[in-house]
Amino acid sequence: MFGPLTVNPLKSKGSKTGSWRTLLRPHYLHKNCIACRMCLIICPEGCVSGKEKNAFSTDFTYCKGCGLCADICPKKDIDMVPEELKIEDK
Amino acid sequence: MENSPLFRSGHTACAGCGQAIAARLVIEAAGANTIVVNNTGCLEVFSTKYPETVWGVPWIHSLFENSAAVASGVEAALIYLGKKDSTNVIAQGGDGSTGDIGLQALSGMLERGHDILYVCYDNEAYMNTGVQRSGLTPFDTNTTTSPAGAQSWGNLRPKKPIPEICLAHGIPYVATASAGFPQDLSRKVKKAISLKGPKYIQIHSSCPLGWRHESNQMLPVSKLAVETGLYPLFEYENGVLTGRKQIAPKPVEEYLKTQGRFKHLLNNPEEIKKIQEIADNNIKKYNLKLEG
Amino acid sequence: MKEFIEGSHAIAQIIKATSPGVISAYPITPQTHIVEDLAKLVANKELNAQFVNVESEHSAASVVLGASATGVRVYTATSSQGLFYMQEVVFNIAGMRLPVVMTCANRAVSAPINIWNDQQDSISLRDAGWFQIYAEDNQEAVDFHLVAYRLAEDKRVMLPVMVCMDGFILTHGMETIDMPEQEKVNKFLPPYKPLYKLDTAYPISMGLLADPDYYMETRFAIQETMKESIVYLSEISKEFNTVFGRDYKDLLVEEYQIKDAEKVIVAMGSVCGTIKEVVDEQRAKGKKVGLLRIISYRPFPYARIYEALKDVSKVAVLDKAVSLGAYAPIAVEMKAAFYGKKKGPKVISSFVAGLGGRDITLESVHEVFRRLNTKEVNFDFIDLKPELLKEEYGE
Repeated sequence: MFGPLTVNPLKSKGSKTGSWRTLLRPHYLHKNCIACRMCLIICPEGCVSGKEKNAFSTDFTYCKGCGLCADICPKKDIDMVPEELKIEDK
Repeated sequence: MENSPLFRSGHTACAGCGQAIAARLVIEAAGANTIVVNNTGCLEVFSTKYPETVWGVPWIHSLFENSAAVASGVEAALIYLGKKDSTNVIAQGGDGSTGDIGLQALSGMLERGHDILYVCYDNEAYMNTGVQRSGLTPFDTNTTTSPAGAQSWGNLRPKKPIPEICLAHGIPYVATASAGFPQDLSRKVKKAISLKGPKYIQIHSSCPLGWRHESNQMLPVSKLAVETGLYPLFEYENGVLTGRKQIAPKPVEEYLKTQGRFKHLLNNPEEIKKIQEIADNNIKKYNLKLEG
Repeated sequence: MKEFIEGSHAIAQIIKATSPGVISAYPITPQTHIVEDLAKLVANKELNAQFVNVESEHSAASVVLGASATGVRVYTATSSQGLFYMQEVVFNIAGMRLPVVMTCANRAVSAPINIWNDQQDSISLRDAGWFQIYAEDNQEAVDFHLVAYRLAEDKRVMLPVMVCMDGFILTHGMETIDMPEQEKVNKFLPPYKPLYKLDTAYPISMGLLADPDYYMETRFAIQETMKESIVYLSEISKEFNTVFGRDYKDLLVEEYQIKDAEKVIVAMGSVCGTIKEVVDEQRAKGKKVGLLRIISYRPFPYARIYEALKDVSKVAVLDKAVSLGAYAPIAVEMKAAFYGKKKGPKVISSFVAGLGGRDITLESVHEVFRRLNTKEVNFDFIDLKPELLKEEYGE
């Protein structure tokens, strides 16, 4: 008999930390993006994805709304908007 | 969508945690053929809690102070199995678990010359247990066990020089890095992994909770630490200083005023002068000042 | 093959025969000869293992933890202070269900510092979740290491094993030992096949945080495995007998002249050799005495002990350790074995002897039989020197 011992990462879903977001959420303007990838690199959750210009987005299941993506974007192409607004992001 | 299969979303770090960023950058730079040994601390607690784990690489946590020793065992086993050449081993922990309670194990690992990269996430206190002072807490910092008060300006002792201690062991690579300089960090990890022998990288990892700043301030705070000279970024290869981030030095007050843990110093020019001295010494020692 | 050999050297030889991949230890008297020998074997290419010279016992245990987690057979050895220094790692190894085998060369614990034999060190770690088997002589010490690996690595078990041998008495004693041949060792002990390990081909996370919703089940699981292992020990003993021709019965206890005994001493380790001599002496004079030797201390064989002693009227438990502030460790377990049961000894007396390496002589054992009478002794020291207790301090 063994009990809780090891975890296979493929079987682990992680916590839905998107529920932590209460104040702000990132809104990608998709206007001046130069695909520098800094938002993707700096996100502590690793929930930003994208490849082409103006095609980066956040996975809101995990986004905690820390605002680092908006802070680092060299083109100021990410706004932090109130959570209640619930702007549709692709 | 997974943009980071080796350190996935869904961990429970504070929003804007510098250590989470650094940990992800480290494992992404090291790659999938890596075994990670983790000390107890914020990173271990927020990244693995049964039955969840965010690590896409083999990962083990034993105790608070022994990742360097456990990693030595992992490395020895890999050598025995003939797998060491194709597998990286990283031992990691916070500043307390590395420089205080784990210093013995770290020193042993360095002295024995294991082929392991040791990464220290330096958020300058025992954050996981509630922001208590560690050996790497900077001078005059307000922590819960070195609080500022009527007869104290906070932590009375200078920062324990762990990179220098590692250097004294004569290892191939010692470097400092910062979560605020992500590309530099990735480069250093890649460089270290490519070398054989014990390597040490200390990463300045901002902590919004313990340092008392907003969650989106990681970049300005981390950059100012480097730009004032308080957290010099340097690289030593085989004992020779081969790289450093040169700066146009800013006065330390600019850094101190970004964080609540230094609030008590802001109206005290004498204490600020002492901290400026520390920065100036660093600038001189590592020749950080940009020419011209 | 029979060899006249020092205990430590024999242990090194048998460990070599088990082919561990990683060995790590920190020197402490009286374990030193074992690890020195292993280092020599590695240096001479007689043993293909990674020998890691660590900076403390805490790290020695951590190194074998890491290596075992990577799927390799490991070995370490320690005593007394070293065992205490690695205590948190010892609990950690059991909690992570890693099949580490360790030799504990039993030695007294500080303070005062004392390098001679008693069993306080391993007994103090009885809660850790490790198997603990105690050898009476060096033949057993050698054989039990083979049993240890076989038991630890069993897929139904996956728990660490501590083989305890009395420091100096066994480690530095010379005996004729039938050293198991390599082919027979290979027959008895298959290569280690881990159930879970750190492998980049199949990444897993080990050693996670378990909150109140998960922790208790891990402890329950270890407890259940220990219970089940009472049966596995008999299975392994049978296999051992088939391969090596030495019968350790159920590997739980040894009954020596128990059948019609009126007075029985219960003890553990090398002192049983001395007790057997006294039993023979007294039996020759017509006294009905016997010895019950405990081999497996963890799991503690309550049912087996009940079976052995339920018809014996007087039992003396001879502990070589003490639980300061309470009754002696083995005596307490003995009483628990009989409490509330229909049958059992009328008297279970508890005696402590041999602490700090004080010799337990034939006369000491006679004294135990003398003091074992109808009046139960809750706790008493044998061979105490009252004249040393007159020291006074202060004004």
